[in-house]
Amino acid sequence: MHKFFIRSFVSSLVLLFTFNVAAIAKDVKAAFVYIGPTGDHGWTYQHDVGRKAVEAAGFKTTYVEGVPESADAERVLRQLANSGHDVIFTTSFGYMNPTNKVAKEFPNVKFEHATGYKREHPNVSTYAARFYEGRTILGTIAGTMTKSNVIGYVASFPIPEVIRGINSFTLAAQKVNPNIKTKIVWAFTWYDPGKEAEAAKALIDQGADVIAQHTDSTAIVQIAEKAGVYAFGQASDMDKFAPKAVLTSVENNWGPYYVDRVKAVANGTWNQKDTWHGIGDGMVVISDLDSQMPADLRSKVKKLQADLASGKVHSFTGPIYDQKGNLIVAEGKTADDGMLAGMMTYVKGVEGDIPK
Amino acid sequence: MIIDINFVGLIIASIMASAVPLILASCGELITERSGVLNLGVEGMMIIGAISGFALMTVTGSLIIAVFGAMLAGVLISTIFAFLTQTLITNHVATGLALTIFGIGISAMIGKNFVGIPGKEFPVLFEGLKDTIPLLGPILFGHSIVFYFAFALPFITSYFLKKTKIGLIVRAVGDSPESASNQGINVRLIRYACILYGGAMSGLAGAYLSMIYTPQWIENMTGGRGWIALALVVFSTWNPIKILIGAMIFGGLTIIQFHMQAIGVRIPVQFLTALPYIVTIIVLVVISRDSRKIRLSTPSSLGKSFHKDN
Repeated sequence: MHKFFIRSFVSSLVLLFTFNVAAIAKDVKAAFVYIGPTGDHGWTYQHDVGRKAVEAAGFKTTYVEGVPESADAERVLRQLANSGHDVIFTTSFGYMNPTNKVAKEFPNVKFEHATGYKREHPNVSTYAARFYEGRTILGTIAGTMTKSNVIGYVASFPIPEVIRGINSFTLAAQKVNPNIKTKIVWAFTWYDPGKEAEAAKALIDQGADVIAQHTDSTAIVQIAEKAGVYAFGQASDMDKFAPKAVLTSVENNWGPYYVDRVKAVANGTWNQKDTWHGIGDGMVVISDLDSQMPADLRSKVKKLQADLASGKVHSFTGPIYDQKGNLIVAEGKTADDGMLAGMMTYVKGVEGDIPK
Repeated sequence: MIIDINFVGLIIASIMASAVPLILASCGELITERSGVLNLGVEGMMIIGAISGFALMTVTGSLIIAVFGAMLAGVLISTIFAFLTQTLITNHVATGLALTIFGIGISAMIGKNFVGIPGKEFPVLFEGLKDTIPLLGPILFGHSIVFYFAFALPFITSYFLKKTKIGLIVRAVGDSPESASNQGINVRLIRYACILYGGAMSGLAGAYLSMIYTPQWIENMTGGRGWIALALVVFSTWNPIKILIGAMIFGGLTIIQFHMQAIGVRIPVQFLTALPYIVTIIVLVVISRDSRKIRLSTPSSLGKSFHKDN
């Protein structure tokens, strides 16, 4: 019954068919390469909101969605570079090598790669957001709002970005409530509403009364709403999906950066940069705080938000211990960006092991 | 470790809820396959059902219109398949795969305007009785009408195939279309009907996902469940009652796995994702060894085109 093996074949066909290059109506043309569909209401959707901001600023933009992180990505990049685009944003980690490879062939085109660290040629910049700052706020809220002291966390893939988020969340929650336990379930998907719902349900059945997520769909907040527990929105404001459950959301706000960079290309002031912006620069936005939160918590969160923005408070301030009890950040010190970028160990207080 | 009995009830209830789309789509495909037609387009029909249900619910505000509309959408898209394979006598496998690709593409296109809209709450039945009986309460009560229908469907399907005249005709058409045709049965008509019925059930399965299970629209939200449903039909050796058991196992794998993770037991997730397919292959190997059994259950002319003039 070979028919069931055809699945992978079909999905690659589907990917080929969904390469729909949509060219839309200054002189500078910007292109965006997306890993998922713009309809995911998560990662890609937020990048596309950023693209629309560029468009609103009067520039022409193009996007290609559903581009696999393989040789296909190179082909798409080459095609975009060849067709008169001045700056190309590649919005997924896996585009790192293709971006650098194609950048070498097109020295006059600027490349902007999201969440990567390789800048092998002068025309490649990298950018990312300090989402972990948002998770410090979520952790503070979760630690205060939980009654069962069990907090559920639906994680996607064991990569530094996600582990940094879990750690930052747990450190903040422990600070306000030393008795909390963070239970983590790895869904091994960025978005699969069904799976995410099942993961959230499992955590709620096991006593979690606040659910955090590092996957993209709104399924988790909807499950939380039904079960009468609290949750947080991911990537965009998810309040309308679960008005009672969602206490706040951490929004990805790429627009200002995109507009800035495209304008820099237009003015000829573009230079190679490694950008890692957080709450302070507005790349990470905290949605409205729900009125169910006590007033003193809300004002505490507002202050924390301001302190994170000004740099007075850092999400990873020592003393921080790893799970085995080794001191990884000394008292009074903060974790440097190198450590944050490669974070692959849990801090003390997170339960379980990181899956391989 | 002390296991709370109600906790077990909750887990079983989640497993059953996750099995619903699999049961619906599999029971539909089973009828299609029993008539000798192999429709690999289940995933495509499901996703069309999902977007149609969600779109109609958002536009009309009526859940009834949405549910029946999703089934109708499943019927319409399967009509394309039926016309191609039955009237134009195209290859079942290729046409089915094309149907899936078509379904995923067109649903994404229609769905563009429905991203980021919250769904409506779907009413559940007997909510109040949930806490009355330990263990069984959460299992039996507080579910949607589609849930109850899904769990009745394998029994209805079994009765239909074994005890009714039309059921026998469907099986005859699937086993030997030539003989059936000689008996004066309109093979093409029966196959058309079975394909459309399969489409309706896949459409309903998709609507369950986008309207009840996770009320929202997201591209590709069926996430391969159509393929699992196809595997399930083979796993069940074309027996509706075994679909029920298989759907619980296949659906339950993810949920049990999440619970184990939350407790702190680690199993490789990739292995669990592959398990439904592995189990299906094992079942195929086992049943293939018993030629008598496979002859009894497999529709003999599955996937073969029928030319009337032969």
